[in-house]
Amino acid sequence: MYRLEEIKRAARGMWSLVVGLNITGKYFLQPNVTIHYPRQEVDNLATFRGHIELIPEDNDSLTPRCISCGTCAKACPSGCITVTKKKAPAPTPEEVEQGVKPKAPKDPETFRLDFTLCSLCGQCVMSCPANAIRFSQNINIAGYSRQDFQFDLVARLRSRLPKHVKKAE
Amino acid sequence: MFTKEQIAERGFYTQHFEQGKQDNSLILNMGPQHPSTHGVLRVMLEIDGEYILRADPVLGYIHRMHEKMAEGKTYAQFITNMGRVDYLHALAWNWAFVGAVEKLGETPPSPRAEYLRVITCELNRISSHLLWWGAYLLDLGAFTPILYAFDDREELLDILQDLTGSRLTYASFTFGGVVTDMSDALKERITRFIARLRDRLPMYKSLVTDNFILLGRVEDIGHIPVDMAVRYGATGPVLRGSGVAYDVRRAEPYSVYPGLDFVVPTSDRTDALGRYLVRMQELEQSLNIVEQAVAQIPAGDIQAKMPKKPKVPAGEVFFAVEGARGKIGCYLQSNGSGSPYRVKLRAPSFSNLSLFAELSQGTLLADAVSILGSLDLVIPEIDR
Repeated sequence: MYRLEEIKRAARGMWSLVVGLNITGKYFLQPNVTIHYPRQEVDNLATFRGHIELIPEDNDSLTPRCISCGTCAKACPSGCITVTKKKAPAPTPEEVEQGVKPKAPKDPETFRLDFTLCSLCGQCVMSCPANAIRFSQNINIAGYSRQDFQFDLVARLRSRLPKHVKKAE
Repeated sequence: MFTKEQIAERGFYTQHFEQGKQDNSLILNMGPQHPSTHGVLRVMLEIDGEYILRADPVLGYIHRMHEKMAEGKTYAQFITNMGRVDYLHALAWNWAFVGAVEKLGETPPSPRAEYLRVITCELNRISSHLLWWGAYLLDLGAFTPILYAFDDREELLDILQDLTGSRLTYASFTFGGVVTDMSDALKERITRFIARLRDRLPMYKSLVTDNFILLGRVEDIGHIPVDMAVRYGATGPVLRGSGVAYDVRRAEPYSVYPGLDFVVPTSDRTDALGRYLVRMQELEQSLNIVEQAVAQIPAGDIQAKMPKKPKVPAGEVFFAVEGARGKIGCYLQSNGSGSPYRVKLRAPSFSNLSLFAELSQGTLLADAVSILGSLDLVIPEIDR
């Protein structure tokens, strides 16, 4: 009796392998589920968190909305943002006469991001009072050295000029 | 016991191997670079042939002092850390910390955010279990299941990327809400995913669960009696696999879980197969929860009205959530300043791992790998 049970068990076990092979065979004939990266690209990037970038003013695509207040730099847990303010322009002769110091413009001179330290948590985006930072959708980011990930986001924004404007300049 | 000098002489890690090796036995290091330990866990084994005489897990290879880091960061900054304690169920850790701060400050999140948290957290649990399933079978020598699991998990991560912005180390909970809202298109996509995974689960069962090679590797291996599981403080599927229906979502209800209809799957088998079956049933239950939450989600803001910097009063609080591996707890002490005074994190894997030394005694080395996998350990969570 014991032996009969053993044989039954073994037969059931062998059958479970046939069932598994059947499934493997079925999936073998089904179309590919992977994306062949250089030829195809993913499309769901609406909320993807690439490295941060500056949002331009609504009416001027070259000037960032940033008011260089430095809230993002304080909010960042890794300290990867450094913002430097633009310096005030040299006073004109009239201003010297009146004794008025010219005001510094609000937009930043540089907005440095050390992407090697960034963990993409979004604290800078959430903390920004001017709503001037967003995540980029740059998925093709690779570099040969650490310096390749030190970005100046103001320069990056300016380099985003449309081609016809660049030619005119 | 050794004297301090002897310990220093023999090395710290050998102090538990007090008797030294016996005749004909071999001391073997499994890890910290062993594929079946899923990370940098080192297990010192004393083996006699293929049999394990003693086993001693050695921790600390990926200790990042998360608890200490909390003391130097603001509350909001520390959320980033919580995505990195347990990389498989990061949202539960997000929730444990954010929930603790909200409980102490008595500032509940908005109703819509509660549901979004449940949805993302349960989807994350499914992705965690799917990865465990694939990786466990990989340990046991079956390669293809992980490819099926990753096919489903890919769809799941796409959904979670839409909902949270990240695919693995989520930091998407804020105090009083969540970061991203759910669109109607995404709602539909989640519904489609639920149908898809429900379709696939029977295939998983006939491909793997019924396979007699798998049963040979998990049946009657690593028995954890109830009293032993309780003694070591095991939680999650490890405890439920021993027949105790303890689930934080039911035992200490939080958020909107009391209003959702789901059962806590248990198994009386107490072996590795029991824990395996519990996790497979949890996949179905999580799908049920997500389905109900998506249907019931109220309209409204995803963020309750709160100051940008949360005002946390002085005091202490403990908040626990159910993670994929068990009870995730966050003890928070505040002195009313901008950053926590003390944060203590309770990692379920730590308690679950401590079972291993006793469990693996006298088993075959190959069975110990199966036991280790059935505990579903995430090493960064153990070391924190």
